[in-house]
Amino acid sequence: MTVVMTRADWIRLALVAGALVSLEAACRAGFVSKDAVIPPTVMLQGAWRALHAEETRGDLFYTLHTVGLSLVLSLAAGAAIGALLHSLPRLRRVLDPLLASYYAVPTFVFYPLFIVLFGLNRWPLVAIGFLFAVVAVAINTLDGLSRIPRAYRRTAAVMRLSPAQSLIHVILPAASPWFFTGAKFAVAYSFIGVIAGEFVVSGAGMGHAIAFAYNSFDNRMMYGLIVLLFVVVGGINTALWSIERRLYARLAGR
Amino acid sequence: MPASPDADGAIMAGRTARPGQGRLRDHAALIDAALLIAGLGVLWQAGSMLLGREALPSPAATVEKLAAIINDADFPAHAFETARAFVTALVIALLAGLVIGLALGASRLAGEVAEPLLVGLYAIPKITLYPVILLLFGLGISAKIAFGVIHGVIPVIVFTMNAVRNIPGIYFRAARTMRLSVMQTACTIVIPAALPEIISGFRVGFALTLLGTLIGEMFASQRGIGYMLVRAMETNDTLTVMALAFLLVVLATAASTALLAVDRRLHARAQPSSGS
Amino acid sequence: MNSPASGADVSDLHVRLHGVTRTYPPAAADRAPLHALGPIDLALKRGEFFSVVGPSGCGKSTLLDVIAGLAAPSAGSVTFEDRPVAGLVPDGIGVVFQEDASFPWLSVYDNAAFALRRAGVAEPEVRERVEPTLAFMGLTGFARAYPAQLSGGMRQRLCIARTLVTRPRLLLLDEPFGALDQQTRLLMGDELLNLWRETGATILLITHSLDEASLLSDRIGVMSARPGVFIDVVATGWPRARDSRIVSDAAFGTLTGRLWASLREQSIKALAMVS
Repeated sequence: MTVVMTRADWIRLALVAGALVSLEAACRAGFVSKDAVIPPTVMLQGAWRALHAEETRGDLFYTLHTVGLSLVLSLAAGAAIGALLHSLPRLRRVLDPLLASYYAVPTFVFYPLFIVLFGLNRWPLVAIGFLFAVVAVAINTLDGLSRIPRAYRRTAAVMRLSPAQSLIHVILPAASPWFFTGAKFAVAYSFIGVIAGEFVVSGAGMGHAIAFAYNSFDNRMMYGLIVLLFVVVGGINTALWSIERRLYARLAGR
Repeated sequence: MPASPDADGAIMAGRTARPGQGRLRDHAALIDAALLIAGLGVLWQAGSMLLGREALPSPAATVEKLAAIINDADFPAHAFETARAFVTALVIALLAGLVIGLALGASRLAGEVAEPLLVGLYAIPKITLYPVILLLFGLGISAKIAFGVIHGVIPVIVFTMNAVRNIPGIYFRAARTMRLSVMQTACTIVIPAALPEIISGFRVGFALTLLGTLIGEMFASQRGIGYMLVRAMETNDTLTVMALAFLLVVLATAASTALLAVDRRLHARAQPSSGS
Repeated sequence: MNSPASGADVSDLHVRLHGVTRTYPPAAADRAPLHALGPIDLALKRGEFFSVVGPSGCGKSTLLDVIAGLAAPSAGSVTFEDRPVAGLVPDGIGVVFQEDASFPWLSVYDNAAFALRRAGVAEPEVRERVEPTLAFMGLTGFARAYPAQLSGGMRQRLCIARTLVTRPRLLLLDEPFGALDQQTRLLMGDELLNLWRETGATILLITHSLDEASLLSDRIGVMSARPGVFIDVVATGWPRARDSRIVSDAAFGTLTGRLWASLREQSIKALAMVS
């Protein structure tokens, strides 16, 4: 697969590179306090070193595992809720204000509650990631199902498809791009929820590791871990966003 | 419809229902809201009885505790501290977001360059940047404000940018045939056309700025509601945690619902009602 | 003015509608039910090309739904090939909708093959039926392409091809060329006539274009404003081997004039209803 760089891509690359170079220069020249920010090259060194540390790999795996759990649960529950709401318009209307305001509510505040409920393990983290992600999946599933053009269902009826055939061969493919959007959000939000939780109270995971490094005044390690985390999460998100774009490109003109 | 931050945004901004159909719908909406609140209350009470009063305090106990907290002498100072940080962060986020978003929306190339960066920044767990912000701003209100701003500014930028980009080109052609000046075009066409989406961006920005400020308070402060929350967490004071959480939920929902009503009205006005 | 039911043999009648009405329940408790269609009496001869014209909202699409079995009539009966149709789509009917119903996730070939594959037809036979149909509709070169890469006209051709593959004996078309420009419409009309002669199917075409109806049909039914009933049925008398060049025939002008004479008043009424 060839990667084509547009003019915008080059400009963006130049901007980011320029910013990094300026930061490097500013740090080395002493414009920025060494206790606050370290030069990007040293950050990279820190990241490299962290990656080779067994403990970091353990933390990374812990976070990914927790995120994975949150993802699976939120996808399953979110899809089910979305489908349910689609088939029950009255319920959907009642829940509509809740869905609309959901992301305004700092659901994060319930985190301590989950610790009391589940104990000091990964499950409160999974619960937070789940709470963040599930509504996005539900809303997108709902949206996808609503956007299926009436003409598709009528075509299925004219072709005399059974309900199962209709579901598998028409409804699911037609709604899948929107479901993918929901999944894309589920990944991003699971990461956000889990890592935020790890920051606050946790014994393991990348959030915990970063907080620990901060509290130990180990800037090199801290920035190294931050860079590492950004690369992993950023990479995953970017991949999902570009797959999504291609998915919708097929629907151009609709 | 192609996926883009604005399509995502419509979802995240909660426009799941079709634009309303007038007064008949308002009455039904009130009944639905009452049903919803009652339903949630019942679930809460059931959960409390199931899990035990220590794990999940009952609605009654929570409200009682909240009343006690509000009446406490220290509370106004905390509330004021949070409000101060939040409002400052909000004003900065909305203004900066608006200006940057307008600039990015006006220039196609700038928008194209910026979009992946914005999307990337939105999706990353910004709490990871928190230690960096603490190192840069120190402990105190500036750090809280900074945190609120980095959370809230991005959706405002994205929504505003898309609002301007999505103005149909035909509007500008119509403006030229009417021989409007740049100023007139901006005031009478660009702003009204872009306003619904900009307001949506403000709504999402409001919510995220609040979240950012609160989380910031949990780490960087000796005052404020976030601080109260952290203290309660540390001392395992579940009742206080619940009471504060309840307060925040109610405030956030009230503000969000009000903004949502404005948002919907603007969008309903902008959409032609379906024809025959 | 011809009477709606022709006096032909009963067995020759492919589709019969008798006293068909369709009403929708009221939107609110204090409102009246919506009388959308009827009563309709209609008889289609096997192999004839029948068009329905009428103002917006008169129930033309509802009529199609009822004939196809997509909706059950509130009163009256519908018969297809001497068997009653009631809310279930019988075998042998094909429908092309106004909106583009091509599936964007399937290639042109897979779209065309869709119905056959779902019916369990074996691959070799699928290919045998799909390839000539795609060729007939001028889509052979695009078999591997996706609908998103095609123009609107080609996508409609794909929808028609998809229906043709199932060899329908009755073909219902609901303003299939609505989104196309006039020249393309005329050419597509010629293709439709070709198809009609090749397959011998009975065709019911719903259109808001008087030209199109005059050009293509054996008979034209003129519907009133809502609730739609037939206020006129006109026989065109065109020979079977016709194409778009009959627009230059004097009879074409007379025909269109007669249609408009019936339709003008109804259209004004319909316009008043909407505003």
